[in-house]
Amino acid sequence: MTSGIIPAASPPGLEREHGTALLRMMLLIRRFEEKAAELYGAGKIRGFLHLYIGEEAVATGVMQALTPDDNIVATYREHGHALARGVPAGPIMAEMFGRVNGCSRGRGGSMHLFDVSRRFFGGFAIVGGGLPIAVGLALADRMLGRAAITACFFGDGAVAEGAFHESLNLAALWRLPVLFLCENNLYAMGTALARHQAETDIAAKGAAYGVPSSAVDGMDVLAVEAAARTAADAVRREGRPHLLELRTYRFRAHSMYDPDLYRTRDEIETWKRRDPILLLQARMAEPGMLGREQLAALEREVEREVADAVTFADAGQLEPVSELLTHLHAAAAP
Amino acid sequence: MRTTYREAARAALREALRTDPRVFLMGEDVGRYGGAYAVSRGLLEEFGPDRVRDTPLSESAFVGAGIGAALGGMRPIVEVMTVNFSLLALDQIVNNAATLRHMSGGQLGVPLVIRMATGAGRQLAAQHSHSLECWYAHVPGIRVVAPATLEDARGMLPTALRSPDPVVIFEHASLYPVEGDLADGAGAVDLERAVVRRPGRDLTLITYGGSLGKALAAAETLAREGVEAEVVDLRVLRPLDLPAIVGSVQRTHRAIIVDEGWRTGGLAGEISACITERAFYELDAPVERVCTAEVPIPYAKQLEDAALPQVDTIVAACRAIMGRP
Amino acid sequence: MTERRLEEFRMPSLGADMAAGRLVQWLKAPGDRLARGDVVAEVDTDKGVIAVEVFTEGVLAKILVEPDEKVPVGTPLALIERGEGAPAEPVVPPPPAGAPAVRERVRVSPLARRLAAELGVDLATVPGTGPGGAITREDVEAAARARPARPAPTEPAEERHARMRQAIAAAMARSKREIPHYYLSTRIDLGRAMEWLAGRNRDRPPAERLLAGALQLKAVALALREFPDLNAWWVDGRAVAQPGIHPGVAVSLRGGGLVVPAVHDADRLGLDALMRAMHDLVARARAGALRSSELSDGTITVTSLGERGVDAVFGIIYPPQVAIVGFGRVVERPAVVDGAVVARPVVTATLSGDHRASDGHRGGLFLARVEQLLQEPERL
Repeated sequence: MTSGIIPAASPPGLEREHGTALLRMMLLIRRFEEKAAELYGAGKIRGFLHLYIGEEAVATGVMQALTPDDNIVATYREHGHALARGVPAGPIMAEMFGRVNGCSRGRGGSMHLFDVSRRFFGGFAIVGGGLPIAVGLALADRMLGRAAITACFFGDGAVAEGAFHESLNLAALWRLPVLFLCENNLYAMGTALARHQAETDIAAKGAAYGVPSSAVDGMDVLAVEAAARTAADAVRREGRPHLLELRTYRFRAHSMYDPDLYRTRDEIETWKRRDPILLLQARMAEPGMLGREQLAALEREVEREVADAVTFADAGQLEPVSELLTHLHAAAAP
Repeated sequence: MRTTYREAARAALREALRTDPRVFLMGEDVGRYGGAYAVSRGLLEEFGPDRVRDTPLSESAFVGAGIGAALGGMRPIVEVMTVNFSLLALDQIVNNAATLRHMSGGQLGVPLVIRMATGAGRQLAAQHSHSLECWYAHVPGIRVVAPATLEDARGMLPTALRSPDPVVIFEHASLYPVEGDLADGAGAVDLERAVVRRPGRDLTLITYGGSLGKALAAAETLAREGVEAEVVDLRVLRPLDLPAIVGSVQRTHRAIIVDEGWRTGGLAGEISACITERAFYELDAPVERVCTAEVPIPYAKQLEDAALPQVDTIVAACRAIMGRP
Repeated sequence: MTERRLEEFRMPSLGADMAAGRLVQWLKAPGDRLARGDVVAEVDTDKGVIAVEVFTEGVLAKILVEPDEKVPVGTPLALIERGEGAPAEPVVPPPPAGAPAVRERVRVSPLARRLAAELGVDLATVPGTGPGGAITREDVEAAARARPARPAPTEPAEERHARMRQAIAAAMARSKREIPHYYLSTRIDLGRAMEWLAGRNRDRPPAERLLAGALQLKAVALALREFPDLNAWWVDGRAVAQPGIHPGVAVSLRGGGLVVPAVHDADRLGLDALMRAMHDLVARARAGALRSSELSDGTITVTSLGERGVDAVFGIIYPPQVAIVGFGRVVERPAVVDGAVVARPVVTATLSGDHRASDGHRGGLFLARVEQLLQEPERL
């Protein structure tokens, strides 16, 4: 039960079709968010907008290990998770536009995407707040005799919250099928991990609660997928929680209104050389995998999907103010 | 049937566990210990550790897990030992349970019941005695109820479990040993209406939970002086049954709110404001409040008694509002 | 030192059609302290004698127009000296005890104040027996029992009636000339509402029973919260949404003519309070005891001619309002419910709207909302 990082050399042989699908998803997340940043500047999107750019390999890789019956609990930086789970780009963009055709009818915005049909239980924006929910979802599955597992994403900042420790303990104590996924991008907003944790080895913390824990290079989508499959299979087989730490980095600031004063340019540029999209493209450059023409076609396809999403969002209506109080309770009336 | 408030609450739990396999009870010491207030005694033996779950002292995690289990199709009953402890779970209740349906555009629902003990009167000092019902009643998206009678202790839980949305039940700890008669067939009651527990023509005493008995005793005293007080038991603290409150004030033209919470920013103030908004021209005297003194509840008995609403302070307020010496 | 600030108190405009008024009598004398909302004078208008209130605090300094004079709207009637805090001449010592220049504010319960207004009791003459010497309901009722009835206005009825008809004619002609009306009508099933009313009224004495009109008025008031374009005044070439919802209720007067006093904040009144407010307005309208704000504050008109056996009302908008809602009689009509033909009570609700301020689409949505609200009478 010791922590250790899975070496990047271990991923299985790469098939052309699967590699293309992974690359396409990471490109979609990247282009979608670049468009979102642009539209934020244009005033189409308001509120907080936390971009996932740089971390695409994490959501993309982990989702490969999940079945449609599994539950997903995510954070407020969850556009990538929603897209990788198969939530269409249009309703996500519409949600950020605050339109009624958004995946939360425009009530949640960027931080609160929901799609219950895909068991996407949402973006939780209180750091650590989603972990107890994930434990409960897993408890329900266990009590109802369902085989599903619950994948719970959270950041390195959440490790400082009591909810992290309470939830790991409770899931381990009750042997609940939760896959805890710590996206360690080294900063809790602007505070570096080493400046808020006495013990910076997050996997070691999981091990202390009797939760088998490991860590993986979060910039390598193939390594992420392999590690997530190993951990998810173990959760299913053993019927108890596992923790996977995904070591990653966000290339953009914490949110749109962040001057990024707490990191050096050098540090950011160093990490950008390990851009998960470039890493996979390099792997796919081998003969017989993905030619330059095919890559360009993929880019065009993704651009079109993002453009369609914007069109969909633009066409959305604003929810009438008269519906302000609907969905407060199950009965329609206030 | 002669029984107690505690046994009535236990009977409600037992019925729920028997009739719906999705129902389970979890909380600190609800199992082997039998519940901090002995409400769940015997249930572990009857239903087993899967459905009567002792939890670690992790209010945030087990209340959050209750929310998650509700999202996942269960009907959890979460017991929090006291309202003071529930502050450790306030994030989960306010930020998640209350918001998820609205914030998800109606996709999610949290059919969760949270029970907790509240109130003072047992010399437990300032970390086990407070009445913070109004903090919860402030929050849209949850229903807040306060059973003050055996019927309600028995009947509010089954109705709460049928609600597709979160319900918080406040049980005043001083009520658990109260004895009374409960009809053999007693069952589910509504979670909508306030009830007039005693009719009267001269003034209205509006109260709930542990203060109902004091208000009724005050009304008895006043009746001997020729003042007929109507006593309204709110039962539901969110949403307030305003027609019942206003209706009573329209009959009596005077209102006093008896609330074990603190006065400042409390439920009594809210109710007073509602009366002023909706029945100003019915008032023949200013609305008065009898609340707990603005201090942490002290341990020493004479100090605790002095801090809380009591029968004699209620009677005195009634005499004053009637213009009597 | 506070400046002496004299403000003119002018003949108010109590309706779009009012050009002038005749001062009947002053209810305050020079030197009297005035609080916002105090009734200071009675003015005779084409629509009857109206109590006129002031909207400033201060002291009545000088009277400019004597009783019986008829002056145009806007004519200064009196001068009010405004003072905030300090007295006007701070060097002058306060008058000796026993002869106060400023009367103490009388402590009156809201209920007692309301009753006093309804019964025409002068609170200054009522001794208070409540807490702190406040005047209570019982005090007002005792005073009302002890005093003679109020004298009736002196003007001959025929003359008064003719003037009122003239005023109505001017307003309605102007409305039809200037306002492009559109008309909508919808039939509303009142089955649930009537059933609920019957249950509610079962154990009540006749004086406390609710009438369908109160439900209709409340539904209109609540619906208006979502339709500020109908709860508006047309002023200077544009619609100005009004902050409060004060529907005017058309009241026909015995002997002919009508007035449209407003129920203030009708959307915020409970049904019982609304019913009482309607009874009260009818009684005071017929007694000629309406307040000026009640005649000038209406933000929409609601007229119900059901008692006259009318099926549907297509009203003319009362300027500067931009809409009028009508209700006909409640009648039983066949309806198909669960595949069977049954008799259901229905009412025809109509809307006449000012096309400059709204359109048929909005009007239709509004009537649909009124209908929806009337399906859940317990929530009104």
